[in-house]
Amino acid sequence: MCLAIPALIKTIDGKEAEADIGGITRRISLWLTPEAEEGDYVLLHTGYAIGVLDQEEAEETLRLLEEIAGLTEEGRG
Amino acid sequence: MKFIHEFRRSELARGLISQIHDRSKTPARFMEFCGGHTVTIFRYGIRQVLPQTVEMVSGPGCPICVTANADLDKAIALAQIPEVIIATFGDMLKVPGSRSSLEKVKADGADVRIVYSTMDALKIAEENPATPVVFLGIGFETTAPTVAASILQAEERGIGNYYVLSLHKLCPPVIRAILDSGEVKLQGLICPGHVSAIIGSHPWEFIARDYGIPCVVSGFDPLAILQCVDMLVARIESGRSEVEIAYRRGVRPEGNLEALKVMAQVFEPCTAGWRGIGGVPGSGLKLRKDYRRFDAELAFDIDPGLPYEPEGCICGDILRGVKTPLDCQLFGGACTPEYPVGPCMVSSEGSCSAYYLYGAGFNGGRV
Repeated sequence: MCLAIPALIKTIDGKEAEADIGGITRRISLWLTPEAEEGDYVLLHTGYAIGVLDQEEAEETLRLLEEIAGLTEEGRG
Repeated sequence: MKFIHEFRRSELARGLISQIHDRSKTPARFMEFCGGHTVTIFRYGIRQVLPQTVEMVSGPGCPICVTANADLDKAIALAQIPEVIIATFGDMLKVPGSRSSLEKVKADGADVRIVYSTMDALKIAEENPATPVVFLGIGFETTAPTVAASILQAEERGIGNYYVLSLHKLCPPVIRAILDSGEVKLQGLICPGHVSAIIGSHPWEFIARDYGIPCVVSGFDPLAILQCVDMLVARIESGRSEVEIAYRRGVRPEGNLEALKVMAQVFEPCTAGWRGIGGVPGSGLKLRKDYRRFDAELAFDIDPGLPYEPEGCICGDILRGVKTPLDCQLFGGACTPEYPVGPCMVSSEGSCSAYYLYGAGFNGGRV
């Protein structure tokens, strides 16, 4: 029920936007994320963007997991 | 970065599993609150790869499952008013109330329409200006702001025939109720990621502070769950309890302030009845005075009758984490996803459904 999926904002039109969801284009609402910009990935829940995904944090999480798995220089060291 | 496949790499999972096995010495029971997490745990076999020291129990985080029959009966009664159109998320249709379901009354001629979004419900209302359209507002803090936004849009666009049956529920108060009951002892809590995208991590802090239970806010990929288990194990072994966010790309400590503002503008907290748990103060949302004309319960005179529970169904105990679906006499026999008796078998996020679909390894899915 609380399912939310990443969607890429292509063009913004007022409080709505055209978003790319894994290759499908859909009109979504930005009513709850006025800060969203074109090119942002948002969390999409029942047609509404409920948050802007943070790319730097995503990369940091992956770096941490790679370190745990011993896939980075630091992890091997 | 597309935020999906990057978080499903098996070599990263192996690293986490190995670290959990190395670190975990003290037996601990962790609850995943959210039904979405339950599905991830079962679909990817996460219970099977954890050490014996870690026990996972599923919590009440499925909005459909926790909706009491008294409330389901209201939705069904509204659908039976001849001139009313019901707009609802699809997973509500098969949920049995005391005497019927939305699917059954739809078969008998009720106008029940499945929508993906409240935006679609507003469109139906605009296209049928002479007909009342009632949206069934079921969901946690993730969903409630989208319903609040739909009410503000209805007001802005002058849509006078749009109503909401507000059955929303709030997660932190029910966790407190479960912990206060003392029925299930927990050493860690995996907090719902998308609820937290809205409310942030601060509303969970009382759990670490008052109950000494560490919490981690999790995303929904299998790696995310493993990462949270690893973080909880580390907290157990170090004896520290605090709230941490593992799902940092989607959750900020303060949450989504705009969504919280919209939700607080339209709704105010109230006591809500939870299946198996009962009335929990401050765990529901009702429309504020300025928006009561959108309240379907006030706009229509309905008499759903007294609710009752199906005999033998233990969904309530399962939702509190006290029993598992394998303890239920109906599971897999009289109650299956095709012919569900209780809501935990209907909803794709329900524990019974997860056990039935993915639990063959430990005698789930038995028939």
